[in-house]
Order: sequence, then structure tokens, then C-alpha cells
Amino acid sequence: MTDLANKVLKGDRLALSRLITHIENDFQDHHTILDQLFPHTGKAHIIGVTGPSGSGKSTLVNRLALNMVGGKNRKSSHKIGIIAVDPTSPFSGGALLGDRVRMRDLTGNPDIFIRSMASRGALGGIARAVDNTALVMDAAGFEIILIETVGAGQSEVEIARLAHTTIVVEAPGLGDDIQAAKAGILEIADVLVVNKSDKAAADGTAQTLKAMLAAGEELRAQSDDNLHTNWQVPVIKTSALNGDGIDDLAAVVNAHRTFLQEGGEWKIRSTARLRALLECLVRDSLYDAWNVPANQVKMQKILWLVANHTCSPFQSVRDLLK
Amino acid sequence: MEKKIRILIAKPGLDGHDRGAKVIARALRDAGMEVIYTGLRQTPEMIASAALQEDVDAVGLSILSGAHMTLVPRVLKLLKDNGQDSVWVFVGGIIPEKDGKALSKIGVRAVYGPGTSTTRVVEDVRAAAAE
Repeated sequence: MTDLANKVLKGDRLALSRLITHIENDFQDHHTILDQLFPHTGKAHIIGVTGPSGSGKSTLVNRLALNMVGGKNRKSSHKIGIIAVDPTSPFSGGALLGDRVRMRDLTGNPDIFIRSMASRGALGGIARAVDNTALVMDAAGFEIILIETVGAGQSEVEIARLAHTTIVVEAPGLGDDIQAAKAGILEIADVLVVNKSDKAAADGTAQTLKAMLAAGEELRAQSDDNLHTNWQVPVIKTSALNGDGIDDLAAVVNAHRTFLQEGGEWKIRSTARLRALLECLVRDSLYDAWNVPANQVKMQKILWLVANHTCSPFQSVRDLLK
Repeated sequence: MEKKIRILIAKPGLDGHDRGAKVIARALRDAGMEVIYTGLRQTPEMIASAALQEDVDAVGLSILSGAHMTLVPRVLKLLKDNGQDSVWVFVGGIIPEKDGKALSKIGVRAVYGPGTSTTRVVEDVRAAAAE
């Protein structure tokens, strides 16, 4: 076993941190290390937190993690890994990763490891490296992994593929955004949170969401959608500002985990996730195997024919792969 | 994929003026770097812990309170204890010349006073990364 893999398994924080950097930069040797770590994974409860910008995701993650880590007066204690994704600037390629500003209560807590991550051009609301980062945190013994997506609207649903439990955070006063979101990220919620419950409009927002869910339930009852079988999506009101509702949220997240494990859906979701990962890896490897200089030269030649519209792209690919 | 420069911008101590830190953070972002910003009133322990978890190449400390001779050596020591002695540390703020020299001696890469151009900071970080 490599030195780095060994250190990660033993809980060395610097080794974990370095390995995540290797994953982000796609260094060649990181696959060998992941080979060795993989048998030690599969135990962590992966929780996604998504929602529009400004709905209070980071502040909520701060509260939830404090609650789960067994802060004051709590019996159970967990080790928690947090992956906080913020967008990369499409112009400079740089990023300002500011989620730690809201998570200052967690900094320095020995049971919590926070990694800020830039999306680096990925479009689904998370970064490419999130998958494997969650894997190595799992191997390093973190029992709960919280993944905070970039501010998400309608199409950033990638998190649902990755997480066992997806929390969608809404806030009152976003008005028409609620309407707009109906067709998007609300559908992936296992738990719906109306944050900023200290604001007067929060009750109305919670009512709207409940009505929307009820309508969805009726439709689902007529189909054989087995993704949400028997799980009633709860709507929880929280105030990340003063801590209201955080106990309820932690309880519901826990209940969802139990529901998944007892109903066998834990395995189904984990397997679906691994299948997607395998498909993605097969695609990448096939391309990498093909992508040698000789083939690049061939493609350059064929490109001329395609550019002159004398050969179709489909025929070209058949020729290239002969 | 190319290696991105990751940099932590932190404000240790008790002063509440973070405009300078935010301007530098923004300039580094616009130069294509990944900047982790931690906000106000960080202890040296919090800064070292963040630097470790984020695996940064550099740490920029903004201090206007006058407590730099206490805070900066503490941050340097903690980074070293964590095995991160290769991280470049630079300091911005109101730092008297004699203190600046003392800080350079104990391992601070650069000290920036008021009026420093952001271009210079960006160039220095790039140069350090190329080493």
C-alpha cells in the first residue's frame, strides 16, 4: 500500500488534504491510491445540501454540522466531512471560495474537516472532484459527509445522483423563484427546508411547498416511480440565524438514513451511483486509449472532409474507430 | 489539468476592517487563482487549521490592529507544526519597517503596506508558485 493511502486511513489530515488536491488536479497516480482506499468505503452517509444562492445553505450546514458533531449536551458524536463548492469564474478561471465565512464555528473542531472546492467548469452544481473526494473522506473515517452545491436553480441536479439524502433549501421572499423551481431542484428533494423562518413570509412559503408536494404525491401514486417509494418528503422550517428547527432537521435526516437502510434503498442508491461512475470511467478510459498522436493526425485529416461537407461526422467516426 | 494556485486570505486578530483583504482576494481570483476567504476575527489556530484542510500554496494575512508581532509568528509556528513549512506566508497592513524586517527574518515572504498595487501581489504569488 502506498504511503499516502496508509496515512489517509490512519487519519492523517495533511495526507487527506494532499490527496484531495491530487484528485482535483487529476494527477496520474491518484487512481492507484483510490484502488487501495476503495475497500474501506461505503460506510458514510452522504448528504447533499442544495438551493438558490442566498437561501442560507452555508449557514445551515454550519448549524447542522454543529448539531450532528454532538456539540453541547449531545450524546452521539460523529466525524463530519464537508465539501463546499463555489463557482469558478468563466473568465479568469479563478474562484473566490467564501463558504468558510459562514462556517467559522466549525473551524478548528477536531471532528470536522472542511474542504472548499471550485466548480472548475462543471455544470451540474458540483465539481468533478466531488465524487472521489467524498470517497476518500469516507475511507478516512468520516461517518457523515455534507456536500454543499453552488447556488442552484433548475438544472443543477447532479447532487441527487451522489447523495443518499438530498436537502433542498428554499427561503421566503424569493417569490416567483419558488414557482420556477417547481420543475427543477424541488423534485430531487428528500427533505425540503424553508430557511429564514424568522421572517414573516416563511409560513406562506412552507404552505406553498407542501401543496406542491401533495400534488406530486397524488401523481406518483399512479405511477411506479420507485425512487421515492413510501418516503413522504417533509417540509422543515429552520432559522440558521437563531438555530430554530435545526434539531428537527437533524432528526429527519437521520430518519431518512434509517428509512433507506431498512427499506433496502441504501443499496439501490449506492449501486446506481457506482453504475454511473463506472459508465463515466469507461467513457473516459476509452477516449484516453484512443487519444494518441497517430489518431489525432487521422482526425485532423478527416476534419477537412467534414469541414467541406464531403463526409458526415457520423461516417468520420466510423472510419476513425475502424 | 494544470495545477491551480490555492491561497488562503485570512484576517487574524480583532480589527474589523476587511476591505483590504477583500480587494486582494478579488485581485487574486481575477488572476485565475482559487482564493479561500475566511472572514474576520480568526485565531492563528483557525487559520492554520483552514490552511491544512484546504492544502493551500500560500497564506495572506491582513492585519491592521498592530498585533502582527504576536499573531504572525504564531501562524508560522502552527503551519510548521502541521508539516506545512513550504507554504508562503505574506502579510498586508500597517506594519512598521523594523517589524517588517523582523517578520522577513522569521520566514514571511513579503510585507505589503498601504498603497501596494494588487498587480505586485499577484506577480509575487505567481513567482513564488513558479519556484
